This record gives sequence, C-alpha cells and structure tokens, in this order.
Amino acid sequence: MKLNLKIWRQKNADTKGEMVSYPLNGIEEDMSFLEMLDVLNEQLINKGEEPVEFDHDCREGICGTCSLMINGRAHGPDTRITACQLHMRSFNDGDEIVIEPWRAKAFPVVKDLIVDRSAFDRIQQAGGYISINTSGNPVDANAIPIEKDMADKAFNAATCIGCGACVAACKNASAMLFTSAKVSQFALLPQGQVEAAERVQNMVRQMDLEGFGNCTNTGACEVECPKGISLENIARMNREYLSASVKG
Amino acid sequence: MGILDSKIPKGPLADKWTNHKNHIELVNPANKRNIDVIVVGTGLAGGSAAATLAELGYNVKTFCYQDSPRRAHSIAAQGGVNAAKNYQGDGDSVYRLFYDTVKGGDYRSREANVYRLAQVSTNIIDQCVAQGVPFAREYGGLLDNRSFGGVLVSRTFYAKGQTGQQLLLGAYAAMNRQIQRGKIKSHTRHEMLDIVLVDGKARGIIARNLVTGEIERHSAHAVVLATGGYGNLFFLSTYCMGANVMAAWKAHKRGAFFANPCFTQIHPTCIPVSGDHQSKLTLMSESLRNDGRIWVPKRLEDAKAIQEGKLKPTQLKEEDRDYYLERRYPAFGNLVPRDVASRAAKERCDAGFGVNKTGEAVYLDFDSAIMRYGREKALTSGIKDPDNKTVRELGEKVVEAKYGNLFQMYEKIVDQNPYKTPMMIYPAVHYTMGGLWVDYNLQTSIPGCYAAGEANFSDHGANRLGASALMQGLADGYFVLPYTIGDYLSKDIRTGEISTDLPEFEAAETHVKERIAKLMSGKGIHSVDYYHKKLGKIMWNKCGMSRNAKELQEAIDEIAALRADFWENVKVPGTADNKNQELEKAGRVADFLELGELFAKDALTRNESCGGHFREEYQTPEGEALRDDENFKFVSAWEYKGEPKDAVLHKEELVYENIELKTRSYK
Repeated sequence: MKLNLKIWRQKNADTKGEMVSYPLNGIEEDMSFLEMLDVLNEQLINKGEEPVEFDHDCREGICGTCSLMINGRAHGPDTRITACQLHMRSFNDGDEIVIEPWRAKAFPVVKDLIVDRSAFDRIQQAGGYISINTSGNPVDANAIPIEKDMADKAFNAATCIGCGACVAACKNASAMLFTSAKVSQFALLPQGQVEAAERVQNMVRQMDLEGFGNCTNTGACEVECPKGISLENIARMNREYLSASVKG
Repeated sequence: MGILDSKIPKGPLADKWTNHKNHIELVNPANKRNIDVIVVGTGLAGGSAAATLAELGYNVKTFCYQDSPRRAHSIAAQGGVNAAKNYQGDGDSVYRLFYDTVKGGDYRSREANVYRLAQVSTNIIDQCVAQGVPFAREYGGLLDNRSFGGVLVSRTFYAKGQTGQQLLLGAYAAMNRQIQRGKIKSHTRHEMLDIVLVDGKARGIIARNLVTGEIERHSAHAVVLATGGYGNLFFLSTYCMGANVMAAWKAHKRGAFFANPCFTQIHPTCIPVSGDHQSKLTLMSESLRNDGRIWVPKRLEDAKAIQEGKLKPTQLKEEDRDYYLERRYPAFGNLVPRDVASRAAKERCDAGFGVNKTGEAVYLDFDSAIMRYGREKALTSGIKDPDNKTVRELGEKVVEAKYGNLFQMYEKIVDQNPYKTPMMIYPAVHYTMGGLWVDYNLQTSIPGCYAAGEANFSDHGANRLGASALMQGLADGYFVLPYTIGDYLSKDIRTGEISTDLPEFEAAETHVKERIAKLMSGKGIHSVDYYHKKLGKIMWNKCGMSRNAKELQEAIDEIAALRADFWENVKVPGTADNKNQELEKAGRVADFLELGELFAKDALTRNESCGGHFREEYQTPEGEALRDDENFKFVSAWEYKGEPKDAVLHKEELVYENIELKTRSYK
C-alpha cells in the first residue's frame, strides 16, 4: 500500500504545532495502524529526523493509552476498537490519512500526538472509589449476593479504559461519559451506595473544574467509545446528581 | 551457602505466616507519619502495596512510566484470579491450591511462600468485592468460578475476559483515595534509572521525568520495586511495549541477586505471528481451553494442503484430526499446564503439522462446545427437537456471553470469524517466573529494597499456573509486603528524612547522566529497534521453548557481541532534555542486552528440564521434561560482578517438608 500521511507535529506544550505530510510506501494490510507508524518512524530515524511521538502501550485495546484522531474520528474509522486494534486492511492504496492528537482544552498537547490526560486521574481521585481500607476486610465475598443483571451492568460501566475518545469526539469536549461510567459502576452496586451522593457531587465538581464542556446529548461519545460505554450512564449520573442535590 | 537467608519462619507450615505476623515489629502510627516509602510500578502489586502502605500511615511516593497508574500492564490480564474459597464445593482447600501451585511450578518454588499465597488468596476476593470489583456472578447472585490449566477444581474468579482490568482499577481506586488524602504522591511519566544506596541500605532512586527529561532525586526509608517481568527481552511477547527490566536490573547491579532468570513462561494460546512488521503478540485467555479443543491434522498431506490454503479446517472430518493434548494427556486433556501445552504445540509444528502459512500454528476449536451449550440451552428454554441450525445459534450465544470480547479481539486481528472457523494459536512469551531474589519478607539482598509481584521470583517456581499472577500480585501488595516491611522500618523511626544532598545521590545522578550522554552519542548507524529485534531473535531461537548447551553458549557470545555493537553504533535522535521515546527505548534495550546474557548463562547452568525450562539433553523417551532433584533442587541466585557472564551463582536449596517430590504427570 502507498499512503499519504498528514501528521500533527508539535515539539512541546509551549511551541506551536503544524501538520506535516509524509508519503509512505510498502505498507501491508495485516499491519496494525501503529505498526504502520512504526515503519514511518524507522524511516525517519534512519534519515536522521525525529520520529513522530504517540502514546501507546498494550497494543491490544485495553490499557487506554493510544489516543489518535484518525481522519477526524477518535480511534479511526472502525467502531468498538482502539487505534492500536485498527488494521491497515481498513484503508485503501493511495489513501490520505490525517492523524491528530485528541483536541480538548482539558487535554493539553505534550508532544506531537501525545496529550496530557491527568485531568481524568483527578476526577477519579475526587471520588471514584469505595472508602474501605485494604487491610483486613472481614466480610465474606459471598455474604452480599448481587443480582446478576445489576452486576453485569456495573461491569459494563466498569469496562471504561479512560482513553478520552469520548472527550475527543464531543463537540463540547465533555467528560460526562467517562465520569458517569465510574459513578454508575458504584451506584449500581450495594457496596457503592453508602457514599453515592458524596461521590457524584465530588466527581462532577472536579470534572467542571478541569475545564471539560457541558453535555448536550449529541451521543457522539457513545458512538466513538471503543468499549461501547452506554449513554444510559450519563442519564444515571444526572439522576444521581439530582437526588444528591435534593438531599443536600 | 550461608549468604542466602530465606528467613522462612520455623514451625508447622499452616502456622508459619500467622506466627510470623504476630512477631513482626510494629511501627507506632505517629512514627509512620515520619517514614517515607517509594513504590516503583503501579500495577497490581505496586498499586495495592502503595494504597495499603498509605492507609497504614506511611508517606508513599509512587512512580510509573505510563501517563496514569491505571495503565500498567496488569490491566491486560484476561482470565481470572485464583482463590481457595471452595464456593463450588468441589473439594478445594488452601492445601490443594498450595499443592497445585508447587506441583505446577515443577517443584522449584518455596513451600512456605506458596502456602502463604494460598492462605491469603481468600482475602483477596473479599477485599476486591468490598471495593466494588464487578466479578462474574451466577443467577442466584453469588460469585461464579471457572477452571484453569493444571488443576481439577473450579477456583478461578473472573470478570469476563477482563479480570486484570477490573482488579487493577480496584487497586487504582484504592490508590486514588490515598492520593486525595495526600498520603500518596503519584509521579506519572517518570522512569526509575537507578537505585541509591546509603550505608548499604536502599534510600532512594534517581528518576527521569519523561516529559521534561529532567533527572530527579527522590529519597525514602525503603524502596519497593513492583515493576513486572522482563519478557520483552524476546522483542515479541504479550507484554506491553514499555515493559522493561530497568528497575530490577539496576537493583541487581547495585547488589540485589537475580533469581532463576531462565524461568520464562511461554503461553500456549496466543495469536500467531503474521509477518516481520509485527510489534507485539496478543494472548487469547487460557480460559478458552475450558471449552476449546486443540488439534492439528492427523495426516501430513492435509496439513500441507491447509498451509497452502487448499483445504479448510472445517472440511476435515473428525477422524482426520489429531486432538494431541487429549491423546497424550487423557486426565487433563486441553487443560494441561501452560509449559506442557506449549511444548506439545511446538512438537506438532516442528513435525510439519502446523496450520498456517508459516506452519507455526495449531487450531483451537469451539465447534463441539457451541453444539454442547446449544443443546443444553435448547433444553432449558423448552425447545423440543431443535435442528442443528437452532442448536448452533443458541450455542454461539452462550459462547459469546462467556468469551465475546476475546472472540471479537481475535476477529479484529486475524480477520476471521472464530464462531465459524477454528482459531489459530501459537505459543508466545507471556510471563517471567524469575526475578529479583527475595526472602520470606519480600526483601531483596539489598536491605530496604523490596520486590513484589512479577518482579520477584518467589512463588511460581519453574512454571506459573493460570490465574496465579493476579493472585500473587495482590497477595504481595495488599496482604504481605505492607506488614513485613514494618519489621524493617521499625528500626528507622529515629532516622528522620533522608537528604537527597548526600554524596551517594550525587554519585548516582552523575552515573545516570553519563549513561544517557553515552546513549545519545552512538555513531548513529542503527535504530534501537534494530538491536531489540536482533536480540529477540537470538533469545527466541536459542533460549526459547527448548534449549541446548551448544546454542546457549552461542547465545551468550552473540548477545555480548550485539551489546558491544549497540553501544558503538546505536542511533538515538533528538535530545535528552525533552520527551524522547527513542531514548527511553534505548535505555531499556541496553539493560535487556545485559540480562539476556545472564539468562542464557542461567539456562546453561541448569542441567535439567523443569517447567518452562526445557533442555533437549534432559528428556524422557516420550519427550517429557526430566527433572534432576538430586542436583538442581535449588534457586539460582546470581550476584553481579561486572560483565553478566561473570555473575556468581549462589544456591538456595529448596526444602520440601510437606510435599513429596514427584515426577509431574498430567496423563
């Protein structure tokens, strides 16, 4: 395959970036998208140029590190996968491929295609946990039966990988899907209900502080989410938030 | 060899841990506030240790190279976590889990450590459920279990094919709670480049801020390394791209003994290599072997036709298939331990029966499981005399509920539908049983330097059983290390803060900076990946699934030559005072180029076959591993002496008081 890549290059957070064109030959259909970038980088290194930096780690769609806007879509043209799971068979010979970092005020660019997603960590730190000590919990795990349907729903919400595609796909750069996934996981489980009100208020407050936009229900986040986290979670978070505010 | 003191407590096996805990020195809560602990690595072991240490009251500083602690590679573990809960009432017990683990490890692990692991395994499940980890449940609302290789009970707890993710997010949440309380200071995008010893004790680390390139000094009263395994030595593996041995190797060079480096797990169910461009391999959970049957064609001409694309697996009749695991190991069948399953696949492929273009793949077939589940579902749904099509549809739904995400992952990578045609699998490097030598308290041979999780060597012997890595990581982090470390720290209550202005910090920082300067000043002929791939080829071909003395010696010489070439000619573009992924990789590969040599030396020294270490010279007439308990019933602990090949061997004799050593049989 022959490709024409257009890639965002930016030296660091303080300098301005620009799109740079890179023609690339000899790409095979069985390569993953990131392996295609490996080929480009090997060529750049051999030419004495600086390779394109991008975030990636597990390369099997679970760590949530990779974060590429490919032809205007978070994680590229296929649905329900991350960029690292995308293969070149999804492209055609001669294609132009535009590769950019996530764009959001709350995700500043670190270098080239790498952004700073520490805002997500801070939202979790604000309340994304159940406040029990790890040291010696006396209750047997089977002492709390949980309806399978609820357990499965909590699991589905908990499969969020924190990649940030929801923010990148949203025209408002809202982090509602991300935040609501964690709020929902615990709201659905009896263990999480004790602190539910405090949790949702603290996490939403932090989300707003970080500069994420508001949710206007366009649903783009759900479409682009590689794990298929459902919009129902946002509805559940809104209910949780409302009832927490009423309780005051 | 008095130099290695495993500090195993005296007394009956079942009481050792309780008695030991009862006699550990405690640190008063007011004093804990004055004690700092560094934890490097934030996977299951590091994350859980950091959270627990902070809860206990210590000041914890965590370091990870990822942009968030949540991304450590524990997240990719699929299948499950073992615990001796006996919820299924199938005769499981702490003793059985202990016994299976020691036997599975081919009698090369410590009895006392493994027994403790089995004991605390039950606490893990209680702890994780209380944290809100959404394990799979049955319709009655109780926790579900499945079985894994090498055992005859169902003791594995799981969350679909994402158990590691859910457990890690649990530990990450526990960490977040402590970060919010100010008890953990989390340093992300930081890499530890050296450990600092003051008066022979671990007192801090030198780390590089990967965004700014700044070299930083961090001090503490103790340093915990929970930095995972070193499988990326092989270039291609199921590890994440960034996994490395840097922290453990730096500790080794400063005096920590490295144990059993050649004990590597090659996992039988991975997606086969598709071409030279490949950057990593993907695991298909071992849980698939519960329902998938492994086979190759019986006749060579059929295998050849399949390799050439002239025959499809589904066209091959039942009697023309060789279910070689069921044939060779009738008692355990497709659920033999990983090392046995991997070697059996290699044996068939080497004999020409492989089923893809390269001849390096075997089938994992779900057809009979789909039909079996389909018939059961038809019965429970009240469908009378269903036709085959209906049964298949129902069965596919059941299989999807169990393994949906794995099947989807396979289809995305291979572009074939595993519900309709058998999966292709081949063994790949997946885990390292070897690691830093630690005593019963998880302390390395450097006082104050501890190692937890995959980074230590302690619990899995020569082969790890499935769903035991998550168990060990969390056992070390939540339930063992936070208590054993107190014994050491109780002597530090009057020490006060460790200054980073000490000459030892100065010297370590200078050393690190010189190394970076050297990496940046290679002649610039070949990229880092060029060397990494070459090293991987040597390792896979000569130190892989089967080894022999001649090739191991060749590997030692070739790796030494490659290392010299690397330092002379490597090309690292850009500068060191900025984000520079090539420089990060270069530092990691430089360490692998040293470890690889020690690995081969260790394999060459161990003149026996055990677990994942198979020496061609030592096998039974049927091709099974031939252990030598008389001469090799020990842990190899290597002391660094300059060049890796000059490392000095210290032996820790393994004592079996509770388990009789037997030839491992899964027939």
